[in-house]
Amino acid sequence: MEIISYLVYLVASILFIFGMKKLGSPKTARQGNFLSALGMFLAIVITLFDQHVLTYEYIILGLVVGSAIGALLAIKVSMTGMPQMVGLLNGFGGGASALVALAEFYNILNHQGRVFELSTSITIILSILIGAVTFTGSFIAFGKLQGFVTGKVVKYPMQNPLNVILFIAVIALGVVVVLDPNNTINYVYIILGISLLLGVLLVLPIGGADMPVAISLLNSYSGLAASMTGFVLKNNMLIIAGALVGASGIILTIIMCKGMNRSLMNVVLGGWADAGSGGDSSTGAGPQGDVKSVDAEEAAMIFDSAQSVIIVPGYGMAVAQAQHAIRDLMNVLEKKNINVRFAIHPVAGRMPGHMNVLLAEAQVPYDKLYALEDINDDFNNTDVVLVIGANDVVNPAARNDKNSPIYGMPILNVDYAKTVIINKRSMNVGYAGIQNELFFYPNSLMYFGDAKEAIAKLTNELKEL
Amino acid sequence: METFELLMQIYVFVLAIFVGFELITKVPPTLHTPLMSGSNAISGITIVGALISAGLEEFTISTILGLVALIFATINVVGGYLVTDRMLKMFKKK
Repeated sequence: MEIISYLVYLVASILFIFGMKKLGSPKTARQGNFLSALGMFLAIVITLFDQHVLTYEYIILGLVVGSAIGALLAIKVSMTGMPQMVGLLNGFGGGASALVALAEFYNILNHQGRVFELSTSITIILSILIGAVTFTGSFIAFGKLQGFVTGKVVKYPMQNPLNVILFIAVIALGVVVVLDPNNTINYVYIILGISLLLGVLLVLPIGGADMPVAISLLNSYSGLAASMTGFVLKNNMLIIAGALVGASGIILTIIMCKGMNRSLMNVVLGGWADAGSGGDSSTGAGPQGDVKSVDAEEAAMIFDSAQSVIIVPGYGMAVAQAQHAIRDLMNVLEKKNINVRFAIHPVAGRMPGHMNVLLAEAQVPYDKLYALEDINDDFNNTDVVLVIGANDVVNPAARNDKNSPIYGMPILNVDYAKTVIINKRSMNVGYAGIQNELFFYPNSLMYFGDAKEAIAKLTNELKEL
Repeated sequence: METFELLMQIYVFVLAIFVGFELITKVPPTLHTPLMSGSNAISGITIVGALISAGLEEFTISTILGLVALIFATINVVGGYLVTDRMLKMFKKK
């Protein structure tokens, strides 16, 4: 029986790998997700036949309650709420790994004839540490995205020394436990407590717009926690599945950091180098001067005479739920034989690929969406660029101004287009806390208003032309 | 024997990380969100450990920990796969 379950675990591991491979193309992605779910299903079923599984009441209870909550969340969540959802699910995964490791610690402790192997004790501690950090860290991330916890950069006294001390404390206590696991269960709980606190302290300083990095990193942690639990249980399938997730989270983290030209350290410690305020103040330093603004009618006339249009969405589109209005605009423009494309900055929104999901929801075909490196050379010969709710990612200061905190960050070169129309609610600064010199450029026109209403008005004007 | 077993597990871990890197580097940015929620569901694999703890013969503290872990992991697995499918359904070419 044991051999059969190990073979089924191997099949499940292969299904996870194939599933992730197929997730790499929009055509096969759904099938890939199904394969991966099938692997999970097989793994669960064969585990129910495990020789150690003898009572089923609690298993049925757990599966029913968990499935009900999971399904409810998955059906209810709106597409704009997806970053929170992923954050929340990460947290549950990490929490589960920590609890499984703790349960296994008790199993060995209470079971006659089982002794703590060195590697098992070490990986139990690591699993509890990583799992607990993922758990509370994800809930803080969820709170920040949902608005329960402030989205601003939070600084607290002794921020770095405190975290380092807590981390060293976990390691020191871990060594004590590993040396004498039979009499140190209280220490394990202290480790759990400190790890839970660390999760809060590590994510609290990270600002709202840096959430793509935080969510990717926590995703990676939840995988690593599962891998560590695999070491504890001596189960290769857990090790493999966890490592795949850990690696994918790390890659996304690196892509997000590159998208902002910042080191992981800089993001994790909170805020842009000096700006720090990360916020809503309208008193940002930088260029001042006259801005030209247009109303819906004038904007419509500019679009009407264009041949090529590129739309650049940002987090403001998500906040205003403007994706459907933008799709309507695209349809009207295309009816007038105007070429419409979308340019997506890697860190636009609150998680990797956030804009793409929202536009997919609004039935914008995915082959109209272009990544930064694929479209940046085309702004030169584009008639009109429409920026909706994006700010720092189109700020030319990242190219020109060595003193700007965002200098060096890859940006969409929208200012190279003939005309740039920027839809914003006000002249407020973006996340980096700096004014955007783009707004003062001669080819820039501000089109003020809530994205959803403003775009709808523009579309109506266009229809009448 | 114990050391050998651990070494084999470390081999598997390291090689799987390389496989993960190879698989993910090729994913286009358009699919980053579903990739994240889909891989997130896979990290719910820890459900296997939760099942064993929750299903042990005697009722102990491990059973309670296992039950809570099982609820968490099931939320992760079921929620993760369903929401990924919901998203992927929307991705259409012209």
